[in-house]
Amino acid sequence: MEAIQGILEFIDQIFVKLSFWFSAQLANFLPDWGVTFIMMFATVLVLIVFGLASIIWINVFERKIIGRIQDRYGPNRFGPWGLLQCVADMIKLLTKEDVTPTKADRLIFNLAAVAPVIPTFMILAVLPFGRGMVAADLSIGYLYIVAVGCLGTIAIFMAGWSSRNKYALLGGMRTVAQMISYEIPMVLSVVGVLLLVGSLSMVSIVEAQGQWRLPFVVLQPLAFVLYFTAAVAEVNRSPFDLPEGESEIVAGYHTEYSGIKFAMFLLAEYINAFSICAIATTVFLGGWQGPILPSWAWFFIKTYFLYFVLIWMRGTLPRLRVDQLMNFSWKTLVPLALANLMLTALVAKLVPQYSHVGAIAFLVMNVVVIVCIALVKYPRWRRDRREVVLVPRTATPQVDSS
Amino acid sequence: MTDYALIGLLLVVAAIFPLIAMFFGFILRPRKPAPIKKSTYECGLETIGETWVRFRVQYYIYALIFVIFDVETVFLYPWAVAYNQLDLFALVEMFIFLMILLGGLLYAWRKGVLEWV
Repeated sequence: MEAIQGILEFIDQIFVKLSFWFSAQLANFLPDWGVTFIMMFATVLVLIVFGLASIIWINVFERKIIGRIQDRYGPNRFGPWGLLQCVADMIKLLTKEDVTPTKADRLIFNLAAVAPVIPTFMILAVLPFGRGMVAADLSIGYLYIVAVGCLGTIAIFMAGWSSRNKYALLGGMRTVAQMISYEIPMVLSVVGVLLLVGSLSMVSIVEAQGQWRLPFVVLQPLAFVLYFTAAVAEVNRSPFDLPEGESEIVAGYHTEYSGIKFAMFLLAEYINAFSICAIATTVFLGGWQGPILPSWAWFFIKTYFLYFVLIWMRGTLPRLRVDQLMNFSWKTLVPLALANLMLTALVAKLVPQYSHVGAIAFLVMNVVVIVCIALVKYPRWRRDRREVVLVPRTATPQVDSS
Repeated sequence: MTDYALIGLLLVVAAIFPLIAMFFGFILRPRKPAPIKKSTYECGLETIGETWVRFRVQYYIYALIFVIFDVETVFLYPWAVAYNQLDLFALVEMFIFLMILLGGLLYAWRKGVLEWV
């Protein structure tokens, strides 16, 4: 039993031990500041390589599942089971001719291809991938994510404006309107959790869930749904993918981009989708905590499960209309997030922390809120609802063709 | 301190990475420019008029509401973090604050600002 626990502990901490061993090796022939610098540089490289490598398989994973949902195979030509499809795509995009429209604002047009990648990588730094596996445990963790996350909006607007293309401009404007509208519920829904934790650090959020012995999704189910919905809209994923609605505005803000610059936007989109799943896992699903399996395995299982839900939504739900999209944020999500925050604050004052009574009180509060919404949104007593009458289909009258 | 240094280093490396990728693209890609190819894409038609036009005022109103709520969130974060150490007065105070903002949202709603037309 002891031996098994020892092995589990070792596997759990394998990456941490590896980094300690590496820095100890460096300390043999380098001064202290050199070791610190090289370790920092190595961490940064690991984060970026991780981001790129996860794209390779997230992309194939997504296309395979979408394929299955749409009753086809998905990529299955390059590599075993088509697993290397993304590598082939990258080679193709690298060797594509780069077309910059004559009318475009060249400097901003090129800068806009660099800009979206930077914030996406920067978010990875504060994510706790496992026990003790966080690149930078900032005390302002979540605030940092919010601050860095909204930089993507600027990149997208730069792309939309500098292309000097009407579709790109429309796409860019829509994206900015959508992203700022959905940022409010996304940021507000997490305040309830922060209130329970009493810290902004991502590591403390995970540890607080250990103290409650429950993931926050149980205490704050409404906030989880609000966060996830708003976050999906924030990264412009289906069903909120209006910025690149191909049936209306060709490809939105990246209409004029080709080759490697287009790949940069694609890259940013996939890593963003991964990071919102990772953030939702950390804040609401208990992060790396879980029984038996190593902590990092739990983190990835939960994150990829959420990513699967994202793909599932993409394969199932139709795209919203612009006015529906904006109304949904301001008239549904924002008031709900505010109500959730007020009630959470109230309940948190009334019940003791880290207790079963508290957990039940939060759960009851959420159920009450959800029932209230259901009653307001779909009132039974409302008479003006259109009655659905099923008319039996009668045979169409035969028309004499002669 | 090392944490913030790491963030700074990550910023630099993350900015260099796309430049490297674009450099490889620059080496590998073919170059065959043509005036038609470099014209603005509009489904095969020629662009009519100026693209950089004035926007609908609707966007600015959304932006204004966004700024109000974003600043509100900045106030809410420290309040939420310190909530466990605060007494009942903080709760009441924040309720009043939120009510004022909610009133603003309802006002905008009734004025029809939130209608996308």
